[in-house]
Amino acid sequence: MSNPDDLSRTSADRTAGRELPAPAIDARHLSRRFGSFVAVDDVSFQVRPGEIFGFLGSNGAGKSTTIRMLCGLLRPSSGTAIVGGIDVGRDPERVKPRIGYMSQRFSLYERLTVDQNIVFFGGIYGLSGARLAERRAFVLEMAGLRGREHALTGSLSGGWRQRLALGCAILHQPPIVFLDEPTGGVDPLSRRRFWRLIDTLSRSGVAVLVTTHYLDEAEHCHRIAMIQAGKLAALGTVAELKGIFAGRPIVEVRSSKPVEAMRVLEAMPEVEKTSIFGTAVHAVLRPSAPDVDAVTRKLSSQIDDPVESALVEPSLEDVFLDLVMRTPAPGASPPNAAQGVSAPRGDRGDNP
Amino acid sequence: MILTKTRAVAIKELRQILRDRRTLLILLFVPAFFLLVYGYALNFDVRHIRLGVQDNDRSTSSRELVSAFVNSGYFDFVAEPANPAAIDALIDRNDARAVLVIPARFGADARSGRPTMVQLIINGDNANSATTVIGYALGLVAAQSAKYELEARVGSGTGPLLTIEPRVWYNPELRSALFLVPGLIAYIAMLTAVVSTSLSVVREKEVGTMEQVRMAPLGPVPYVLGKTLPYFVISLASATGIVLVAMVLFDLPMRGSWLGLIAAVSLFLVGALAFGLLISTIAETQQVAFQIALLTSYLPTLMLSGFIFPISSMPAFLQLVTYVVPARYFLVVLRGIVLKGASLTLFWRELGALSVFALVVLGLASLRLHRQWT
Repeated sequence: MSNPDDLSRTSADRTAGRELPAPAIDARHLSRRFGSFVAVDDVSFQVRPGEIFGFLGSNGAGKSTTIRMLCGLLRPSSGTAIVGGIDVGRDPERVKPRIGYMSQRFSLYERLTVDQNIVFFGGIYGLSGARLAERRAFVLEMAGLRGREHALTGSLSGGWRQRLALGCAILHQPPIVFLDEPTGGVDPLSRRRFWRLIDTLSRSGVAVLVTTHYLDEAEHCHRIAMIQAGKLAALGTVAELKGIFAGRPIVEVRSSKPVEAMRVLEAMPEVEKTSIFGTAVHAVLRPSAPDVDAVTRKLSSQIDDPVESALVEPSLEDVFLDLVMRTPAPGASPPNAAQGVSAPRGDRGDNP
Repeated sequence: MILTKTRAVAIKELRQILRDRRTLLILLFVPAFFLLVYGYALNFDVRHIRLGVQDNDRSTSSRELVSAFVNSGYFDFVAEPANPAAIDALIDRNDARAVLVIPARFGADARSGRPTMVQLIINGDNANSATTVIGYALGLVAAQSAKYELEARVGSGTGPLLTIEPRVWYNPELRSALFLVPGLIAYIAMLTAVVSTSLSVVREKEVGTMEQVRMAPLGPVPYVLGKTLPYFVISLASATGIVLVAMVLFDLPMRGSWLGLIAAVSLFLVGALAFGLLISTIAETQQVAFQIALLTSYLPTLMLSGFIFPISSMPAFLQLVTYVVPARYFLVVLRGIVLKGASLTLFWRELGALSVFALVVLGLASLRLHRQWT
């Protein structure tokens, strides 16, 4: 931690936590229903201090709902969440001083200057005097906003605003930080810089829970939870997650006719499934499948076109797609899936 | 700790108000503008009514009647139409607001005690001023009639037997400005307190800063206090400013105590700010908040408080509605303090009603806010 003397005075139970490495976040069977819609369904995981924990899922999968429950903004329908040693459902107000939160909207006051935002957020976390001055200097330094203290926040570009929002979220030096899609609408360079900040934060012992739908970003995370239709679909390190492809080699196929190649591959008995990756096609082979060359030869003969192919390491995207396909969409699932279920039924009625 | 947090919110809010030119303009200049408009332009007194006279009698008596009209100060003689067509033209062109038609033999009949009548044609396109004109004319004619009756009976014109000696207290010249200033204070207080407060909270909901703030260990109390305090101070300053300006420009007599005035305005403001908060817990967008504020506070304050239209002349149903319009009670207190110099204790009923309003709305608002916050 960057300021150990300060942490020792915040709470006694964290001192206890140091002796016994308690998780910073402990979600046990968390569920949240909105009417008949199950947004989060029996989700359990732990995040350790100093860990970057990625929360992956498509839009509406239940990531934000989970975060809101962990932060005490939303009461779980069932299950418990222990954050910073405190039962959030029971005592949401006591959790708030121990967490920092930054959302995809970078919720700063755009009509206030950089400095005025820092002073405000410091103030509502109870910082004043020398402590506020010291943290203000730290945040300006970290975000690279020195010299821009008096710029209107609304006039800053996405990257600056993102770093300022992060700075405002960690002004009070929380041991746990929640980042809800923090990199939306920010250029790649700023994203890299932002992830360096997250790395530094985690190395100082802060537990970071970050949601994203950029799969490349997930590689920065120590562990990843994939959430699909409110359910935890997978949990583990990046290597562990890729392990689901053990014995199922992935072939990357490049051809001038990708759609046709995909159709032919799909029909082969040795291919389990295919998906389009940019201009290439990834085909997952069954464990019993012959070698890659055999598949390639068979393909190029059938589509009458030269085909390039190679065995590739599974990427997180492969993992994600594999999990999404595998999880059957239940009745109460995101809007897209729900439409997919109801559409055929309608067709049947219209065309007897 | 709570103080630090409340101060942080209040300073932030003040900075936002200062940064937001449009809001600032509404809060500072609209009151001044309204005061000038209402003070100088909006005048409910009807004077200098352009009067046409068709005198078919041309006797001493008819001339006496005409001079009674002109000398009253309410009527200006402008034309003498020769025939009915000329009367039409006069009214149509709005050259005359009223035309007095005196029949032939008017003088002879009047002097000999026979009943006779004169005709008054009034342009009714403005019902309010038409009613006033009728009132003036009735009075003038009645006085004149009494004089003739007496002459016919006694033989000499000593004047009427029964007269009224009016003494108007507190506003002897019956100037509208004096009457309107208290209403204006109520109106401005409602505007700043209800509209600005609800909009500023709902804006935070819309932009998403509300969610960020709720993540902080702030709690609803410092948030609400910090959020409303700037508007409270601004409204209070605005109200004091209105009284001061009216004192300078319209010779408003500030007869009561300033302390009493500030106390009354503060009580009213607590209710109004709470009402603004209540709206902000209901509305999700600024547009909806504005509409609700307009319907529930702005319009009733303008229409149903006795600010412009007297409550006693409203239909019974509307009179009942005015009992839940806080400005109704506030106006009674304000007029009492400013114009009469009355002490606050005289208005315990109105102050009680204002307190009940403030308490009920504050309770509702905090209940809803608390539920939304956690």
